[in-house]
Amino acid sequence: MPAPHSTTPAAPQGAAGEAPPVIALRHLTKRFGGATALDDVALTIEHGEVHGLLGENGSGKSTLIKVLAGYHAPEPGAELEVNGRPVRLPLAPNQFRELGLCFVHQDLGLIGDLTVLENLRIGELAASRSLRIRWSRERRAARETFERYGFDLDPDAIVNEIPETDRALLAIVRAVEEMRATLAHDERGLLVLDEPTVFLPREGVQRLFALVRDIVARDASVLFVSHDLDEVREITDRVTVLRDGRVHATVVTAEATEAELVELIIGRSLAAFEHTAPERPSGDTTLAVRDLAGRTVDGVGFEAHRGEIVGLTGIIGSGFDEVPYLLFGARPCRAGELVVGGRSHPLPLMTPRDALAARMALLPANRQVDGSVGTLSVAENAMLQVLDRYRPAALRLRRLRSDAAALLDRFDVRPRDPDAEYASLSGGNQQKVLLAKWLQTEPQVLLLHEPTQGVDIGAREQIFTLLRDEAQRGTTIVCASSDHEQLAAVCDRVLVFGRGRIARELTGADVTKTRIAEAALNSSAGTASITTDTEE
Amino acid sequence: MSARVAVQRYALVGAWIAVIVLFCVLRPDTFATTSNVQNILGSQAVLLVLTLGLLLPLTTGDFDLSIASVLSLSSMVLALLNGEQGWALLPAMGVALAAGLAVGVFNGACVVLLGLDSFIVTLGSGTFVAGVVTWISDSRTVTGLSPQLSEWVINNRILGVSLIFYYGLALVIALWYVLTYTAVGRRLLFVGRGRSVARLSGLRVGPLRWSALAGSAFIAALAGILYAGTTGGADPSSGQSFLLPAFAAAFLGATAVTPGRFNAWGAFIAVYFLVTGITGLQLLGVDNFVQQLFYGGALVLAVALSQIVRRRAAGREAVAA
Ligand SMILES: Nc1ncnc2c1ncn2[C@@H]1O[C@H](COP(=O)(O)OP(=O)(O)OP(=O)(O)O)[C@@H](O)[C@H]1O
Ligand SMILES: [Mg+2]
Repeated sequence: MPAPHSTTPAAPQGAAGEAPPVIALRHLTKRFGGATALDDVALTIEHGEVHGLLGENGSGKSTLIKVLAGYHAPEPGAELEVNGRPVRLPLAPNQFRELGLCFVHQDLGLIGDLTVLENLRIGELAASRSLRIRWSRERRAARETFERYGFDLDPDAIVNEIPETDRALLAIVRAVEEMRATLAHDERGLLVLDEPTVFLPREGVQRLFALVRDIVARDASVLFVSHDLDEVREITDRVTVLRDGRVHATVVTAEATEAELVELIIGRSLAAFEHTAPERPSGDTTLAVRDLAGRTVDGVGFEAHRGEIVGLTGIIGSGFDEVPYLLFGARPCRAGELVVGGRSHPLPLMTPRDALAARMALLPANRQVDGSVGTLSVAENAMLQVLDRYRPAALRLRRLRSDAAALLDRFDVRPRDPDAEYASLSGGNQQKVLLAKWLQTEPQVLLLHEPTQGVDIGAREQIFTLLRDEAQRGTTIVCASSDHEQLAAVCDRVLVFGRGRIARELTGADVTKTRIAEAALNSSAGTASITTDTEE
Repeated sequence: MSARVAVQRYALVGAWIAVIVLFCVLRPDTFATTSNVQNILGSQAVLLVLTLGLLLPLTTGDFDLSIASVLSLSSMVLALLNGEQGWALLPAMGVALAAGLAVGVFNGACVVLLGLDSFIVTLGSGTFVAGVVTWISDSRTVTGLSPQLSEWVINNRILGVSLIFYYGLALVIALWYVLTYTAVGRRLLFVGRGRSVARLSGLRVGPLRWSALAGSAFIAALAGILYAGTTGGADPSSGQSFLLPAFAAAFLGATAVTPGRFNAWGAFIAVYFLVTGITGLQLLGVDNFVQQLFYGGALVLAVALSQIVRRRAAGREAVAA
């Protein structure tokens, strides 16, 4: 077992006298056109420390990280020291490798058309001087690597075709491997994780944290970005909170309560989102699924009622996360029948067009590939579904634009500029745009997969409220998520999957974070060996 | 900020004006004349029309390398039916357009139904059609087209410029309108930029791609008719020389007016930028191969410039490797 970080000999706070900080950043300012994303930011990451970087959506976290990666050039005047040595900014594009920094970006940075193996070795291949790549040896090495992390992945699979969870784990493993390669001759480094956990189910998070502790024990530091305060409190030693591009505070995690952290981040306290799940569903049945069979799920059937929010959850590989896609006709389905709006649809023949005609909507988890086109504007992305309302043969562009602006306002998307390029929005704001896109179509059935991934704590409550309001209006919502807190907050009922089937149904007082987590683990007991420990 | 955007949008117009000024200074008595302007506008409208058609599949993310062959096919069919078989002009034109459309429908079927790559399919069908053209024409130049066609295309003029230029202009406006002001235009764009998003948003991805390929072939056939009208006949091979310039103009045009998108006004400006440069060079008396140097060089240079401008605008971003 890795030693708990709090008892590591070089405790972060006490380390100041011995080793210089891994990163000391001062006077960092970054503007995009007229907008200031970072304003005179200072950040110090001590040796052997897990440092949290917190802040609302758009507060500048990813921008700061991209400066460290040499992707953004900051305004003149910024100073950076790595391990006590001054480094000139801007960094050259690949300089971070030599400095012992490595990154898992919010968008993971994988190339979807290439195989797992090619992605894993991409950095090495770029730097390698030998002419021939010995793929069989690389493949064997990759298998061993995955084994060491206790995660089962085919090196020859195409990255786009593996589940989101595996993609996230692959990106993290790749970063850690590169880091280890650097540490071998340097022994000092920084692993930067920009919201690495949004795709990860609970046990995936535990696996990641075990890795992080392992790395910290080997005398490296970690910069960790997350909106999940439980995770932040579990893993970090200190946190820096950004607000509107400025450092609002830097505190020792153990000395701050959760409420204090919330207040630091959003500038106000947050009333806990209250929703009591009813003992049994009321209202008409609007949706019935029978004998659903996909890649993992087999023989799944359930009903959902008017105005009800049904949660689907389970551990990795339990199949809960493919259900929304199967119902929407977005993935090939082996068998099953869906009754919605009084009509029966054979699912193997379902297409997204049929689903839309039945007034269903799907908010996929993979925002970049399935949800949006980054190079088009926010308004174009948000209004795609409703173009027909604006005289399709002669679009009322001005009204389209002003309605888009009003929509962004209603969903509190920042900046409120309908013409901004979608990819330039911060992750959480991108997510809000997609919610806006689908909710304005007033669907009868709303299928969600990880709807609040990457969304900050304030906005998360806003989205919960939006979803509850939507349900109040009579929409049936099916929400697949491994975020048990979120399920407990919004759902009326939670279906827990194990081995591709519904193993438990939680209602009423059982819809709590702990009960859901327990049920998810128990329902798969014996099927998957859950390893939270990667030490050999 | 907005100045930068303006620079990026109209850099190509600026380059065009610079070329015009340059040749006006170098050849004041031949270049800077009304008749030369009229000549430039009229002579290359065929290229303009062909380029405009190409914008459709490019917008949906597909290539169409068969357009030049389709142009040859339609002009040859027209010349054979009207010039040799004595058909009336209109039915002959109808058959020529139908032949072109058939190639486009075939391309679309391969791409959509069989899931083949459009690059390969149109490379193959283009070569095949070029073979068909040589075959049906016996490798000869066919003349004897009804003079009526030349009347409609080049001999009748407005303000001294042949009608063909106005046909091209009308098509620019129509395509601009479709791509900018209709829901279909938006959908084509989404299909090209994000197939998966488009599918999950309920767009008919297959039919849209198919229509775009059929559309480009149809417009290429139209360009073939205009080409026959300007030359008074058809020959089996000269149409091929339009292929590279059409792609060059389409990509060059995508750096102007609405940068980053294939757009009709951009294509219009790009075509006339290229043609102006080449006409000027010809007036200087340089060799013919300079045309190719100009087409190729202008494409790479202009695209490079627009990238540089964009990077400036984004705040001197280093490009992460
Ligand atoms: N390439 C860009 N061009 C223009 N503006 C940008 C660009 N990248 C980021 N921004 C802006 O900079 C601000 C900070 O964005 P950043 O992505 O750093 O936020 P974040 O803290 O990572 O948010 P999130 O938690 O949502 O990921 C935002 O207002 C964003 O719109
Ligand atoms: Mg971010």
